[in-house]
Amino acid sequence: MFLVKSLTKHFDGIIAVQDVTFTINQGEILAIIGPNGAGKSTVFNLMTGTITPTSGMVFMEKVRISGLPPNKVAVKGIARTFQTTSLFDQLRVIDNLLIGYKYRTRIGFWNTLLHTPAWKRYQTEAFMRAMEMLEFLGLADKAEYFIPALSQEEQKRLAIGIAMVSKPRILLLDEPTGGLIQEETDRITRLIERIRDQGTTVCIIEHKMQMIMGLADRIVVLNYGKKIAEGTPDEIKSNQAVIEAYLGGEVHV
Amino acid sequence: MELLLQQIFNGIMFGSTYAIVALGLTLVMGILSIPNFAHGHLYMLGGYITFFFISATGLGFWLSMLLSVITLGLIGVLMERMVYRPLTDQPHINAFIAAIGALLFLEALALVVWGPQGLRIPNPYPQNIQFLGITMGLQRLLVIGGAAVLILCLHLFMKKTLMGTTIEAVAQNREGAMLNGINVNRVSAITFGISSATAAIAASFLSPIFMLSPSMGAILGMKAFIIVILGGMGSIPGAILGGYILGLIEALGGGYVSAAYKDVFAFGALIVILSFKPTGIFGKKEA
Amino acid sequence: MFTKPFHYNLLYLLLLVAALLLPFYVPDAYIFQIVIMSFLFAIATSSMNLIIGFAGQASLAHGAFFGIGAYGVAIMTKAGLSFWLALPLAALISAGIGAVIGIPSLRTRGHYFAIVTLCFGVILWIVAGNWIQLTGGHNGIFGIPLPSSIPIPFLGEIDFYSQTAQYYLALTFLLLTLFVLHRLIYSMFGLTFMAMRNNEPLADAVGIDPFTTKLMAFVIANFIAGMAGGIYASIIGAVSPSAASHLMTFNFLIYVILGGIATLSGSVIGAFAIPIIMELLQFLGDYRMLIFGALLVVVIIYFPQGFVGGLRQLNQKVVAWRQPKQTEGANVSR
Ligand SMILES: Nc1ncnc2c1ncn2[C@@H]1O[C@H](COP(=O)(O)OP(=O)(O)O)[C@@H](O)[C@H]1O
Ligand SMILES: [Mg+2]
Repeated sequence: MFLVKSLTKHFDGIIAVQDVTFTINQGEILAIIGPNGAGKSTVFNLMTGTITPTSGMVFMEKVRISGLPPNKVAVKGIARTFQTTSLFDQLRVIDNLLIGYKYRTRIGFWNTLLHTPAWKRYQTEAFMRAMEMLEFLGLADKAEYFIPALSQEEQKRLAIGIAMVSKPRILLLDEPTGGLIQEETDRITRLIERIRDQGTTVCIIEHKMQMIMGLADRIVVLNYGKKIAEGTPDEIKSNQAVIEAYLGGEVHV
Repeated sequence: MELLLQQIFNGIMFGSTYAIVALGLTLVMGILSIPNFAHGHLYMLGGYITFFFISATGLGFWLSMLLSVITLGLIGVLMERMVYRPLTDQPHINAFIAAIGALLFLEALALVVWGPQGLRIPNPYPQNIQFLGITMGLQRLLVIGGAAVLILCLHLFMKKTLMGTTIEAVAQNREGAMLNGINVNRVSAITFGISSATAAIAASFLSPIFMLSPSMGAILGMKAFIIVILGGMGSIPGAILGGYILGLIEALGGGYVSAAYKDVFAFGALIVILSFKPTGIFGKKEA
Repeated sequence: MFTKPFHYNLLYLLLLVAALLLPFYVPDAYIFQIVIMSFLFAIATSSMNLIIGFAGQASLAHGAFFGIGAYGVAIMTKAGLSFWLALPLAALISAGIGAVIGIPSLRTRGHYFAIVTLCFGVILWIVAGNWIQLTGGHNGIFGIPLPSSIPIPFLGEIDFYSQTAQYYLALTFLLLTLFVLHRLIYSMFGLTFMAMRNNEPLADAVGIDPFTTKLMAFVIANFIAGMAGGIYASIIGAVSPSAASHLMTFNFLIYVILGGIATLSGSVIGAFAIPIIMELLQFLGDYRMLIFGALLVVVIIYFPQGFVGGLRQLNQKVVAWRQPKQTEGANVSR
């Protein structure tokens, strides 16, 4: 359903991503792994329009989305999180989710000014959906909290919630467990599995090999901006190029 | 032809002033990323303090100017310490408000001490020189020459002294400088001092030609701001070039198009340029 | 979902009653005039708060848009148009010029946006001082008619010759503005503005177009500013370039900040209290601005959230003190 074709990105001087091609299939969890600075986050930024590719294209269901700004990509049902947990930290938990749902509604200036029936309907709909999401995230009792009052793990959950609240077709997660301890990581992993079980396609960037080997259906490995391997977790584990890239270390689970 | 030359001469003179004032501002904006909106008012104060030393103590022009420069340097250090440093970690708009507070204070101070009427420093060099058919006041030539010398000195200071290179290091990478054991607060204070001192130099040169008034800093400060934004925050060549270009645009626009609207050219140019290049002509890309 | 506790509503009701009764206990005509003006400034200030406080875009052209409204009404009513037609037209012109300026300038960020809008303000001020045929130059425009009387069938008409009538006119528009802003801000529509202020890249990533959202906030704010300026011109009867100057902008900005940024009540308190305090300090003469400037610096350093923010902090402290072990975090910030 999602196609990344010959994606290349140059930042003045350095080549961050070079001729990367892969597809994401409906309903799967695809992991992108690779050492620090391999270009993983850059691939995400290219996929979501945050930055424009030097060359190459991105398609969603055969529709080209590269070249569109992030908000136009998002309304096509492509949601993402950022590597550094990104929230509306001056607002309450519930507000964060409402903003995430906003594009699904037709709430605009006139509707809001006149409190039209449509406005009421959308406002209620958004609220219901946000509460549902809070239940799903296990944050139902914290709807009115401000962000700084949440734990790190809760913040990471909320970041996923903001992306998921609009019921996207594909969810891109950039190191959703970065900085968390094992126990917390396991809980986030279960959350991601539940998201997949609901029918959302997931593409995830991760460092934690053990976690990714258990979670992903397929894995794409990047190194120095190039794709060096692609396959099932078992294939990746025994791939020579991958083992070399990781100095034979971490990959042995 | 004479008119053109005369306008160019005036343009260079104004440009010299703009260049110095913008230079001072770009130093503090580049290093502290503080929108020191009160910079024009420091210039105003510099002019008044030179006036004060000349009229109250009878010291000569140059000595008074020196004392004024030192005084303003100290005021600059004080201002950084008391007004801007406490706001380092707050949103930029707060520093901006503080700057407005500071400029209201400085303007009121001048009003209280020296009154609203215009004052003039006696011109130390009232002679005129005829050259290529145009009249050049000696004092005006002094403005141009003085600015050139000052720019050269600042350039040497930034490139050849330890303090200068430290300032540049802090401007480029504040965190990095801090990690390398540079006392960033001290550098900030010194930079602010230098910035204010240069404003006093510009004001002292120009005040024998134009009247001093408490409100004279406002528009000049804004123009300096424009130059700094267009030239790139922290860019010294940008400030110098921008200053001279603005001086020439104004002199020619004012002479040939409309004197009343001469300031519109500067402000209009900024809007047009930023619309096409949202980060300035020499501006770096946003991180 | 966006409701306020009951005691707030009671407080607002009391304030409203006090405002309605104010003409009966205001000491003299001079103070009365200042009160009327501060209501108009409160309208402009609340709308400036929309773009600066809520949407996070430091527009420094607010005085200019206030001026556009003022000159608009002055010129149109002097040409014979009814105030009630001229006012919405002037506000629309203000909003329209806002869009024209906003489209290029909202591409810039932070300092840049502040400076572009400031420059626009200065240009407008210079133009107002020099385009003699249209604006009367530095002297401005005199003899602007008062708002025309509103006929009420069978009962006569409401005229605006008395200060009391002018007061209620200003109050009506202030309440209307607050009502509208309250609706806009405390809804999902308003949340998108706050999203711009708080985290633009994230808002962009969840499908909110930053440019359109900011433009909308800017245009709405300028419409209201223009409206405030229009009423101002008609009640004062004269308008000069100072009504459109950056000093006007600075005043509004000071009201926003000292009252409490990003709170509706803060803008009103700031715009209402500061002009009156300034009047009371009139005896200080030129020293007044000296003190005011210093005070502004002190407040922004020690109470950056302004008066309302300070009250909230105090309130939280009291609550925390009364209920030492309440559910943790429930009272964090705001
Ligand atoms: N906006 C940018 N400007 C310049 N270089 C960048 C930018 N973003 C990323 N890079 C560079 O691109 C390379 C890949 O970065 P990134 O995609 O963040 O790696 P990863 O997420 O795999 O750790 C790095 O060398 C990084 O420094
Ligand atoms: Mg990364």
